[in-house]
Amino acid sequence: MKVTEVSKAFGGVQALSKVNLTIKKGEIHCLAGGNGSGKSTLIKIISGFYKADSGTIQINGKDYQKLSTMESIEQGVQVIYQDFSVFPNLTVAENIALNDAVASKKKLVNWKKVYQKAEEALKKINIVLPLHEKVEELSVSDKQLIAIARAMLHKANLLIMDEPTTALTRKEIHKLFTAIRHLQKQGVAVLFVSHKLDEVFEIADNFTILRNGQNVITDSTKNVDHKKFIYYMTGRSFDAELFQPEVSQEQKPLFQVKGLGLENGFSDISFSVYPGEVIGIIGLLGSGRTELAMALFGLYAAETGEIWIGDKQVTIDSPITAIKHKIGYVPEDRLSEGLALGQSIARNMSIANIDSLCKKGNQVDFDKVDENVLHWAQELSLVMQNAQQPAHTLSGGNQQKVVLAKWLEIAPKVLVLNGPTVGVDVGAKHDLHNYLHQLAATNEIAIIIISDDVLEVLENCNRIFVMNHGRFTAEFKNTEVTEQELLAEMTRQE
Amino acid sequence: MRFKKLFKRNEFYVGITIVALSILIQIRSGQFFTGNNFVDLARAMIIPGMLTMGVMMQIISGGIDVSFPAIAMLSMYTTVKVALSIDFQGSMVFMFLFSTMLGLVMGLMNGALVCWLKLPAFIITLGTGSIFLGFMQAVLKSRNIGILPKPMRVLSKTYLLTAHNETLGISSSLPFVFIFLIVAVALTSFLLRYTMLGRGIYALGGDRDACQRAGYNVNAIQMFIYGTMGALAGFTGLTRAVLMGSCQPTSLIGYEMTCIAAVVLGGTRISGGHGTVYGTLMGALLLTMISNSLILLGVPTYWSKFVTGLLIIIGTGMSAYQALQQRKKLAGKYPVEEEKQV
Repeated sequence: MKVTEVSKAFGGVQALSKVNLTIKKGEIHCLAGGNGSGKSTLIKIISGFYKADSGTIQINGKDYQKLSTMESIEQGVQVIYQDFSVFPNLTVAENIALNDAVASKKKLVNWKKVYQKAEEALKKINIVLPLHEKVEELSVSDKQLIAIARAMLHKANLLIMDEPTTALTRKEIHKLFTAIRHLQKQGVAVLFVSHKLDEVFEIADNFTILRNGQNVITDSTKNVDHKKFIYYMTGRSFDAELFQPEVSQEQKPLFQVKGLGLENGFSDISFSVYPGEVIGIIGLLGSGRTELAMALFGLYAAETGEIWIGDKQVTIDSPITAIKHKIGYVPEDRLSEGLALGQSIARNMSIANIDSLCKKGNQVDFDKVDENVLHWAQELSLVMQNAQQPAHTLSGGNQQKVVLAKWLEIAPKVLVLNGPTVGVDVGAKHDLHNYLHQLAATNEIAIIIISDDVLEVLENCNRIFVMNHGRFTAEFKNTEVTEQELLAEMTRQE
Repeated sequence: MRFKKLFKRNEFYVGITIVALSILIQIRSGQFFTGNNFVDLARAMIIPGMLTMGVMMQIISGGIDVSFPAIAMLSMYTTVKVALSIDFQGSMVFMFLFSTMLGLVMGLMNGALVCWLKLPAFIITLGTGSIFLGFMQAVLKSRNIGILPKPMRVLSKTYLLTAHNETLGISSSLPFVFIFLIVAVALTSFLLRYTMLGRGIYALGGDRDACQRAGYNVNAIQMFIYGTMGALAGFTGLTRAVLMGSCQPTSLIGYEMTCIAAVVLGGTRISGGHGTVYGTLMGALLLTMISNSLILLGVPTYWSKFVTGLLIIIGTGMSAYQALQQRKKLAGKYPVEEEKQV
């Protein structure tokens, strides 16, 4: 498939200008770029969802000026959407076979054939799934495999995957990559959209980077390293500096946890955060890191142990008590847990602190609200049109800034960030990290980053705790540990 | 494994309640397992059974319709009125066709509004239902009609079988229109299980966007569902008049709640995507038993509403409680076990 000089504008905004992209048979090609770089627009043009304003798309040697969805599918282009488009209420087999049956304009269902087809499709990607199980019972990665298997039922020459690994564990990513390689052997080309660098380098043969709707570079992944790749993506170069605050442990800790435990979650968790520190807690999905994060914010009340803020012991058994004790929590999934997506930026930012934004007689002081929004927008370099804009219209990085601002509003003493940069592009990620460092330098806040992103924790936390099977199994200074050592500790089996 | 799943299903608890209630009634009155009681139950099942088929389809698709009793009553009343005014003597087929067509038109109006305005179906049908009812009462000035057109009178005296109860000295007859229920159930089962349209209804209720992306015409499915509900309501309305032997234009007021209750009790999730024909029939049967047979237990009939409400809470609560118990355990939510196998 070859895309030549494709341009597309929405209203007055040029989303793509003269973009080229070539994918050969059996190639795994990565499409990268920050939020708003035009990746999604390009995918939608290839799949026929949008019509290009100019330029041509060549598939299997055939030129198209205006590609329709049907033509795209006929030529073997298949898109796996970020939400997979699976039906939670139907069985695995039906999920795989349904789309194909609809496309062939069948009127009746032949259940025997449904199971046959499903089995056939799963064989193509070399995966075994329970055909009779309802999809809502399955894990995210299995849902994704179903979406891939479904795409395989059509004659797929090019499989487009839009950020396929966002919600997957390492083990699941491995399973996905195995399936992708299996497809590659059969001559299927894969266009892999991602901004997780490790994965790009692991799976892709070649890559194309877009920035502001223009081609930056197309090259083989062998010819570049991480740093160069990031430079191409952002136009800025970031030196990976390790965060090294000046911390005197003679001072009293700002935040202390002693022997915290929760059945089926974690046990015997103890740590302290000193002024100026950013500490990291790292662990695989299922290691108990999320449960711990939730317990620190009172979403699950810990059953044993003590929590101290300064020299006062506190009880955290609900988000209400957590907020009362000035604990802020940036959750794992900002879309479902962090934001009211349909509500405005102003409302999202002021909700946690609404009581102190009121005038006498419990009426919201809207002038103060607007003032605050402007303040935080400037402080966090949040890009927005106005404060009344709904949160879902923002890019991932800017959404996360809104979540952060919401908690900064309450002037937190403790800030727990759970996977703070998931789905945030490299530039915005850098800004967020920088801000956290500045915040820590005030010596008045305990910052705890909980994550499974080893590099993020390594670069931004001066002390790192590794969590494994619900316990802390190791503690490191970030200056004295390597990425590999941390990974090994995370995946270590007792 | 399959056995464990059973406890999470509403149908299971409804089934148990039905069995327990039948045994209880049998012990107390000795009149449950008798031919005439069964015939009475079957007869009482006809109207709710037919209507719940349509209601179930709508709820599976993620929609809802509270206007169908109004559609049924208006279709019935208009059909009877027209037939009387022209002194209709022909085949019942034409009368049913006429009533069904009236219902279909009203149902399609609902569907068009839902597709076009994209408002919640509940609000739209609440409005149209009130309009249909108001139209009948204000414009048509509806009154009870005691004497039906002749073809209807003939049909209402046609029976499939009669069961005698020697001890009580009474007998009950199963009317011919019982066949309509059988046909409605059979058609619905076939539609939902073996047609692409039926699977589309489940798909729509499961995930609307995914359904659209799969290539379904979502608006067409919705038009079908609301049209079918209207047609079914029109048909059932006339059936109701045949069964009662008279035309009471307000006899179905409030019926939407009974039907929705039966459907939900039978395991159909109000959020859409899930529901079975047998579950719905069981739900309808249980509600019918309560309103019909509670009196055999010596419980006054005005308790039936109370018991119905209780059963809805308990019946749907049991399976929800099971799910809640599982969610409470952290291990159930986060796959701790799975990671151990790395």
